[in-house]
Amino acid sequence: MNWEVVIGLEIHTQLSTKSKLFSGAAVGFGAEPNTQTTLVDLGMPGALPVFNKEALRMAVMFGHAINAEIGMTSVFARKNYFYPDLPKGYQTSQMDHPIVGKGYLDVMLEDGTTSRIGITRAHLEEDAGKSLHEDFQGMTGIDLNRSSTPLLEIVSEPDIRSAKEAVAYVKMIHSIVTYLGICDGNMAEGSMRCDINLSLRPKGQKEYGTRTEIKNVNSFRFIEKAIYTEIERQADILEDGGRIIQETRLYDPEKNETRSMRSKEDANDYRYFPCPDLLPVVLTQEYVDNIKATLPELPSQKAARFQSEHGLSEYDANVLSSSRAMADFFENANNVVKDPKLTANWVMGELSKLLNQEQLDIENSPVSAQTFGELLVRIKDNTINGKTAKDVLQAMWDGEGSADAIIEAKGLKQVTDTGAIEAMIQTILDANATQVEQYRAADEDKQKKMIGFFVGQVMKASQGKANPGLVNPILVKMLKG
Amino acid sequence: MAAIYDNQNIRWNMSIDKQDVQKIAHLARLALTEADADQYQLSLSSVLSLVEEMQSVNTDGVEPLSNPLEMTQRLREDVVTEENRRDAFLANAPQTEAGLFLVPKVID
Repeated sequence: MNWEVVIGLEIHTQLSTKSKLFSGAAVGFGAEPNTQTTLVDLGMPGALPVFNKEALRMAVMFGHAINAEIGMTSVFARKNYFYPDLPKGYQTSQMDHPIVGKGYLDVMLEDGTTSRIGITRAHLEEDAGKSLHEDFQGMTGIDLNRSSTPLLEIVSEPDIRSAKEAVAYVKMIHSIVTYLGICDGNMAEGSMRCDINLSLRPKGQKEYGTRTEIKNVNSFRFIEKAIYTEIERQADILEDGGRIIQETRLYDPEKNETRSMRSKEDANDYRYFPCPDLLPVVLTQEYVDNIKATLPELPSQKAARFQSEHGLSEYDANVLSSSRAMADFFENANNVVKDPKLTANWVMGELSKLLNQEQLDIENSPVSAQTFGELLVRIKDNTINGKTAKDVLQAMWDGEGSADAIIEAKGLKQVTDTGAIEAMIQTILDANATQVEQYRAADEDKQKKMIGFFVGQVMKASQGKANPGLVNPILVKMLKG
Repeated sequence: MAAIYDNQNIRWNMSIDKQDVQKIAHLARLALTEADADQYQLSLSSVLSLVEEMQSVNTDGVEPLSNPLEMTQRLREDVVTEENRRDAFLANAPQTEAGLFLVPKVID
């Protein structure tokens, strides 16, 4: 059977406010347990929440970035369930009147196609605390530092049709919230978590199949893997004539499998009702417009500008604008080199390779945009060739100094003196008389392939310093005899 | 089990049976004796009768009310105003360790 996968995502992004959504406690990862809590976060009787202005601003900003309707009147609601890390017995969230209504995102896939993913809504809610299940006298330890941390939950339409599309969408959301500066995007610390709703249906069928929800997946790679394993699991069941049970599942990256988390029949009976402790949040058009005016250049706009202003290909422009840090690095380096294509190739090529090897983000690159640009200038003005430049970059990476200092110290300056190159070529032709004979006897197509041998010899003899742009034409001329 | 209240599509089930009472109690983590359940079945049903009466009022064009006060939410500046009072907070808890509140073991 040919199955079509239907995916909808709920992404929880932690807003980077200084204080909590409803209290004046500090927000921060890694503090001593329970040192960032207040009577409100602990759910003490009589303690009343007061809504954080900055969280509101950030949510509205996000709404603008996804072309959404802004909820001019939004209402907080209580989502009721019992869990020890939720001391109030309910999570303050939004239900019928979220702060951000319907919007959409255009997501570009690796093959260059674009698909539009609808966003149903984005609502503000508070995070819960953390349960530590290590053995504390046979009990569970509760840390409420995270309690009442502001979250924006972004709910997509079931518009996603593949794991790749899901990852592209999450990456796009990640890049938007970090561009906007409303979330630090640190997935390892839980600043962005993703719930995956997934079902299968026979290709061509209109009705959706029964879905499962995979909770709290926290890396791009795991999102992709979790989707693949869950598709496989559901397809196996369906092909054996079985039925999918609607349930919450957990992805285990170590075993690369999903497993059932809770199947309590009343798991989703949250009995939402408007929170009597919080009044409706009413916005003025002026407030909403003012926030719109402060929107920075977004990834898609930056990508468009990289194409029009710098003449980059669509693919390069998209890669370079995918993170604000990478876009800034590219633009800063290009300000030095003034050659966008060369800069783009080297940022996406050699630099990204080194960053990947060391698993570093571009923000933490040991080579700055300025010094990287200086290296590229030396390629551009023919002081060194591309091959030598890779070695120079490695030396810069290892902290051996600036590009010019390394070129000088190691004597890597390219040989551009045609006389010297001719002499070098003559020596090589003399030493390889047989190959020269074969070359002269061959037809033109074959010659094109055979010339690589001589180029290699010249580069070897010059220790990579001969300018390939000069070597080639001279070599062809001298081989003709 | 009939839904008592359904957010997407508000509908009321005007009488409730004992199973409903036990379900509500379970969701609220309340343990009810048989006699309690009988009692609550009666009193909750009478609340629902009242609701049924109110349902007969024509509310076309009336926006649902989320708060009876005709006021809007006050906002707080995003500043940290509270300091660490962990010791005082933990002092209220029956059991603590390493700065954590301890609760009976929960396994998801």
